[in-house]
Amino acid sequence: MSAPQRERRVGAGNRPNVVDRRRKYWNEPKLGWWESFYLFEVLRGLSITGGVFLRNMKRWMTGKKGALTAYYPEEIRADYAAHNRGKHVLTQRPDGRPQCVACNLCATVCPARVIEIQAGFDPDDPAHPKYPERFEIDYSRCIFCGFCVEACPEDAIRMVRQVPGLPVPDRHPGMWLGKEELLNWQPARDPAKPYPPKPKGGA
Amino acid sequence: MIQDLVVHGVFIGYAVMMLMTVGLILTWVERKQAAILSDRIGANRAYLRIPFTQVKLIWWGLFHGLADGMKMLLKEDWKPDSYDRVAYTLAPWFAFVPVMAVFAVIPFGGELQPGTFFGWFDGPAEWFGERSYAMQVAPLDAGLLVVFALGGIAVIGAMLAGWSSNNKFSLLGAVRAGSQMISYELVIGLTVVGLILIYGTVNLVSIVEQQSGTLFGFIPAWGIFLQPFAAILFLVAAQAENQRIPFDLPEAESELIAGYFTEYSAMKMGLFMFAEFIHIAIIAALFTTLFLGGYNLPYMNDSGFLFPGGFEVALPHVLVVLLQITVFWVKVFLMCGFLILVRWSLPRFRYDQLLRFAWRFLLPLALVNLVVTAIAVWALGGMG
Repeated sequence: MSAPQRERRVGAGNRPNVVDRRRKYWNEPKLGWWESFYLFEVLRGLSITGGVFLRNMKRWMTGKKGALTAYYPEEIRADYAAHNRGKHVLTQRPDGRPQCVACNLCATVCPARVIEIQAGFDPDDPAHPKYPERFEIDYSRCIFCGFCVEACPEDAIRMVRQVPGLPVPDRHPGMWLGKEELLNWQPARDPAKPYPPKPKGGA
Repeated sequence: MIQDLVVHGVFIGYAVMMLMTVGLILTWVERKQAAILSDRIGANRAYLRIPFTQVKLIWWGLFHGLADGMKMLLKEDWKPDSYDRVAYTLAPWFAFVPVMAVFAVIPFGGELQPGTFFGWFDGPAEWFGERSYAMQVAPLDAGLLVVFALGGIAVIGAMLAGWSSNNKFSLLGAVRAGSQMISYELVIGLTVVGLILIYGTVNLVSIVEQQSGTLFGFIPAWGIFLQPFAAILFLVAAQAENQRIPFDLPEAESELIAGYFTEYSAMKMGLFMFAEFIHIAIIAALFTTLFLGGYNLPYMNDSGFLFPGGFEVALPHVLVVLLQITVFWVKVFLMCGFLILVRWSLPRFRYDQLLRFAWRFLLPLALVNLVVTAIAVWALGGMG
């Protein structure tokens, strides 16, 4: 159907014998007899798109996903790496309170200065009297470097594979995640870092 | 006479309500179908929240059409600095009303005998008596001619809009719309003349009734089997008449912003869009009526089914009426789906290609079809 690949001459004026053998990346826009009749080629195109439609509809109907795109932010993109770290979580003690002792090391090390901690005093817990009253991360500025995780002496802040639900109507407070959001981590659903951590060495 | 008034009032209300609903739903169908056939999910964020609860009805984004309507109603009705006030205001209505009015002559069901609907109540049954009505808003003998007359008015809407908004893009779009719609109206007219020759009438009710028979005893006598070429030509020309891709030259976004309604905003622009979506439904309804046997299933007539071989199933009148209405709308929706599939599959023509296609390709084919049909009808001694 398509015309034979013609060799194009480059700079034919001054270098008549140089032949351009580069690969051509486009099709010859020539219509053959059959294509110029339009109708059957149009029907072929319609059968392709219609077939894709029926295939995807069948997938949706049988409870599978019939699309390549992802619900954002409800769904983690399939092509995110297993070691992608897009969201902070605060780990918890068995009673559900944050493991954080409000030492401010993460806020100090943070190059983007996005962590804000307000320490509080809890007389009922003599082992950990200092706790974060407020722990907020500004995701509009966070650069996801992970220094906060490395700086933490208590393994109180970690990063997980999810992304924060950021499509919000306003930047503030929408893109600030507070203690409540950071604490609702579900360890059972995070295969990257089991919680509580396995004891080191052979136990 | 009061009975006639009541019945036709019901018909009019029903037709307007159904067209509005179908237009609204088609916006959703268009979005979702386009999304699904291109491996996307599609609009799914608008929801209705049941008051005083947190129950959100998303329903696969079905309420995006409502959200669009709200947005168009609440937008500023912006007007250009200099424009022709009267024409500018009238143009959306000239585009919208003829499209709606075409449905007046399309039969959406067979004979209706209102008396039989009130089996348990003697009053209304006696009041309606033996009266019967064709389910059609305006039972005009000139059915098809009315369709073309109203189609001609729609051109005026586009021309008025383009001329009155004092914008070069609008004017270019309007000129394109005018020449395109006139060219393709000619093709539509010629394709349908073949059908008129076969059926011997322009009355849509009797056209549909003639399609409830069979050919050679087993093929349903639908227009698409009698006039396959006319069916294809009609679909192509109707898509062009509707100014949708691949024939959306009047509003080619990459060239003309939005064509003849560039300067329109808010609900005036919404009327143009809505007219386009209702036009899809109208084209589908016309195609159903002319080529797909209208409101009848194969082998079905006003009293029940008559299968080939003489096997007959009689149905009560109420059931027949409901079945006919359902079948009509199912066919219309399938056709709408096909038209939307075409719109999302094909690339746009260039403008010279568009006109050449109409005048040098479709028009001769339509003429040939007409001549062949005329000879066949003459040779067979008038099939209708």
